[in-house]
Amino acid sequence: MNEPLLRELVPAVIGILVRRGASFAAAEDAVQEALVEAWRVWPDDPPRDPKGWLVTVAWRRFLDAARAEGARRRREEEVAETAPVGEIRAGADVDDTLQLYVLCAHPSLTPASAVALTLRAVGGLTTRQIAQAYLVPEATMAQRISRAKRTVAGVRFDQPGDVATVLRVLYLVFNEGYSGDVDLSAEAIRLTRQLARHTSHEEVAGLLALMLLHHARRPARTTADGRLVPLAEQDRALWDTRTIAEGVEILQAALARDRLGEFQAQAAIAALHADARRAEETDWVQIVEWYDELVALTGSPVARLNRAVAVGEADGARAGLAALRELDPALPRHAAVAAYLHERAGEEATAARLYVEAARSAPNVPERDHLTRQAARLNARLRS
Amino acid sequence: MAKYLLLKHYRGAPAAVNNVPMDQWEPDEVDAHMQYMRDFANRLRETGEYVDGQALAPEGMFVRYDGEGRPPVTDGPFAETKDLIAGWMIIDVDTYDRAIELAGELSAAPGAGGKPIHEWLELRPFYGVTATATATE
Repeated sequence: MNEPLLRELVPAVIGILVRRGASFAAAEDAVQEALVEAWRVWPDDPPRDPKGWLVTVAWRRFLDAARAEGARRRREEEVAETAPVGEIRAGADVDDTLQLYVLCAHPSLTPASAVALTLRAVGGLTTRQIAQAYLVPEATMAQRISRAKRTVAGVRFDQPGDVATVLRVLYLVFNEGYSGDVDLSAEAIRLTRQLARHTSHEEVAGLLALMLLHHARRPARTTADGRLVPLAEQDRALWDTRTIAEGVEILQAALARDRLGEFQAQAAIAALHADARRAEETDWVQIVEWYDELVALTGSPVARLNRAVAVGEADGARAGLAALRELDPALPRHAAVAAYLHERAGEEATAARLYVEAARSAPNVPERDHLTRQAARLNARLRS
Repeated sequence: MAKYLLLKHYRGAPAAVNNVPMDQWEPDEVDAHMQYMRDFANRLRETGEYVDGQALAPEGMFVRYDGEGRPPVTDGPFAETKDLIAGWMIIDVDTYDRAIELAGELSAAPGAGGKPIHEWLELRPFYGVTATATATE
């Protein structure tokens, strides 16, 4: 059975149920049940019209649920009253899938809830899969999703929304990486690709390009035993050149429209890295220029920190350290950047001390271990 | 089966025999240590004795309720003297003796000079279970 195809149908099917008068929450539940049914039945008996099959089964489940609550008449009246079946369809060319993305990323939701709801209602993942991916018990994830659905219960499905909030949610999913059976980065790419088919927003293209360019380098980023490999030391033969080419193409088309945004700027930086066949060939001067754009767009301290690294490469470690001095030392990874630049400046003892400090404040175990190794490497050199 | 918590300390446990901070090891000694830890966990996964393992960042603080309408009081960062947990592993084993055996193995992880650290690990039984062999024999 083609799982991605099946999951791709989910947003549209939810949209159809909502147009027929189901609430978003009820429609989403019904489609989730239809999905489970599809998993069971399709392998032996694949439908000729998968989408039609899902709509039929989901609608039946919705009606069953409405009856089971003993509120059949009330619901039907409600449906009859509010049923926008013809109305919406006639009145507006609303894109159900797009609306679903916007609803699931609604600003009233916490980031964790928006992520969970998006993965279920737009991504068609089961609660169990989402729970596994985020390393929480299934019951916890189920509760998070049902609370999220209650939170957006009053939001009209056809309200215009901000695509930027959607992109933030998708980027969060992407950065979660992969643990367990679900590759959240790949899922985020699938969802962003799908979104890009429904809107021509440049930043959607920018985010898609950014994800592809990062994802293409993933095989080189860690060793088989989970060790981090710094960019300069990565085996670039492991980079996925086809994915890089796709990312670059999408990015160029977006940039050509001259409406720059933060994701396009980040993607441009990733593209410049991906473009260098050897680390020494990296065009750091251009990368610094893109960081300038990114800082101008976002004012983000993290962008400034990364810019200091790029300045260190483009203009020398001293210049990088000067750029770093303007930043708050409490920034995450500040000590790691300082350690790196001090080593480049030939100050190994300072660098070793800073690597130890950076390891203490590392945000995750692979980074902590990497920074500890850097400290050990410098200390060993200082001893000899 | 009975569950046990193996607690590793940043500080607060008696000093290890081979007590050298990791940044003072040779780089390949660091790698050997990481590999030993991974192999240990993988072996327990294979024997069906592994439940969970997590690492904790060294920073943190104490927090307590300070009364109606007031924000909680915080006390941190921790004093240098505070017992500080670095991480844990939960194992589910047949006997108390097996738990001790495994804790001993974990404590033998190689450190500076490639020699075992002999680190003191805290071994804590979970409530609600009895170690079958030692309790009934």
